[in-house]
Amino acid sequence: MTDKKQDLIDQKLQDLNNDGVDRRGFLKCMAWAGTGLVWTLSGGVPVSRAFAKSGGKDAGKDASKNGDFSFVQISDSHIGFNKPANPDVTATLQVAIDKINAMPHRPEFIIHTGDLSQLSKPSEFDTLDQVLKGVSAKQIYFVPGEHDMLTDNGEQYLQRYGKGTKGSGWYSFDQKGVHFVGLVNVANLKAGGMGSLGHEQLEWMEDDLKGRSASTPIVLFAHIPLWTIYQDWGWGTDDSEQALAYVKRFGSVTVLNGHIHQIMQKIEGKVSFHTAMSTAFPQPAPGTALSAGPMKVPADQLQRVLGITDVSYLVSGHSLAIVDSPLGDSAPLASGNGAGRS
Amino acid sequence: MTRKNGWVAGLAAPVMIAVMLLSAGSPRVAAIDQGSAANAEVKIDNFVFGPQTLTVPVGATVTWTNKDDIPHTTVSTDGVFKSKVMDTDEKFSYTFTKAGTYSYFCSVHPKMTGKVVVQ
Repeated sequence: MTDKKQDLIDQKLQDLNNDGVDRRGFLKCMAWAGTGLVWTLSGGVPVSRAFAKSGGKDAGKDASKNGDFSFVQISDSHIGFNKPANPDVTATLQVAIDKINAMPHRPEFIIHTGDLSQLSKPSEFDTLDQVLKGVSAKQIYFVPGEHDMLTDNGEQYLQRYGKGTKGSGWYSFDQKGVHFVGLVNVANLKAGGMGSLGHEQLEWMEDDLKGRSASTPIVLFAHIPLWTIYQDWGWGTDDSEQALAYVKRFGSVTVLNGHIHQIMQKIEGKVSFHTAMSTAFPQPAPGTALSAGPMKVPADQLQRVLGITDVSYLVSGHSLAIVDSPLGDSAPLASGNGAGRS
Repeated sequence: MTRKNGWVAGLAAPVMIAVMLLSAGSPRVAAIDQGSAANAEVKIDNFVFGPQTLTVPVGATVTWTNKDDIPHTTVSTDGVFKSKVMDTDEKFSYTFTKAGTYSYFCSVHPKMTGKVVVQ
């Protein structure tokens, strides 16, 4: 972690009680998501300030001396997609990897929140693996998206990425006192519904969380958003309420999702929800187009609507700082996208 | 709709179409909402099966074509038929040999639903 970023975050932690951005200000800040914001979340109170990405004078420095660590969320690589919205999704994934590798602090691991492939083809998974081989992080955690379950109910996904997981690929792990839970809400979807976790997974989740101290920071990650962003487009999970009830007692809960190919955030009590940009193509904001799906933007703007998410855990504040940054230049994105569905 | 078509069951397709046109009380806002036996085709576009309800005679073959830029599937909710994943321009066909109402959806995007009425 650079000194500058650490200073900003320390400042925010001290400031929290006096200078919290209220909900309206929080939402206004959302329009600037493309510039790379430092979000400090502690006890559910968000504080943000634009984060100038400085060069890495601490390049390669391991931030773990006091238990702090960071990881990166990438999502929706859709390897195999080749339509006008992005004719070369492998190239933009490579840009994302290069960006991760250029970060001043090496992330402990990567979390990929699903839609690894476009059509669940073996060649697509192979290409993804090839690109990911070059990332600096030593470990990558996955959850599947609906595009990864297209040919065989996710058998292939499980074989490649599901070692040690249960059911359709759910699991949990711990990192320096933070408990991570990978959920699958893209299996056995019912007609007319949205995402779905299912009984078996919910029972497992309840059991997995039982007995853990309420001061354990929790990170849930799943492909489809675990809160309802836009029901008409299926952007939500039918039975997520039950899952969220299981984490209600914890002091810090962060939910990381993908699927919608744009950044959306929400804070509810001690739970902060965040969706990531895709590394492949953007999608329209809810209700602004006939349907969801790939959205074409001018070629020189593509890399500004694709991105990665850097998440830092700070032991001192028991909080997670989330920084979204676009693949391309850090000029602020206009709120709302002018171009239409291709 | 079913009631109007019920009494002409068994007649040739052109007659069915004529009866539907004559019996239409008010102009339909979205002509694609209701299909007749002559159109044994469903086009998938913008996350919609069009027409959403398709009526065909027993023995008809229905062909789904994906015109969307995203892959979709056609899966019967009662396990009667199930397509492979259809990428853009790919098709799936099924021949309905028994009368009935067949609800289906896209297993990838389950908000997308449709119905084939076979009679």
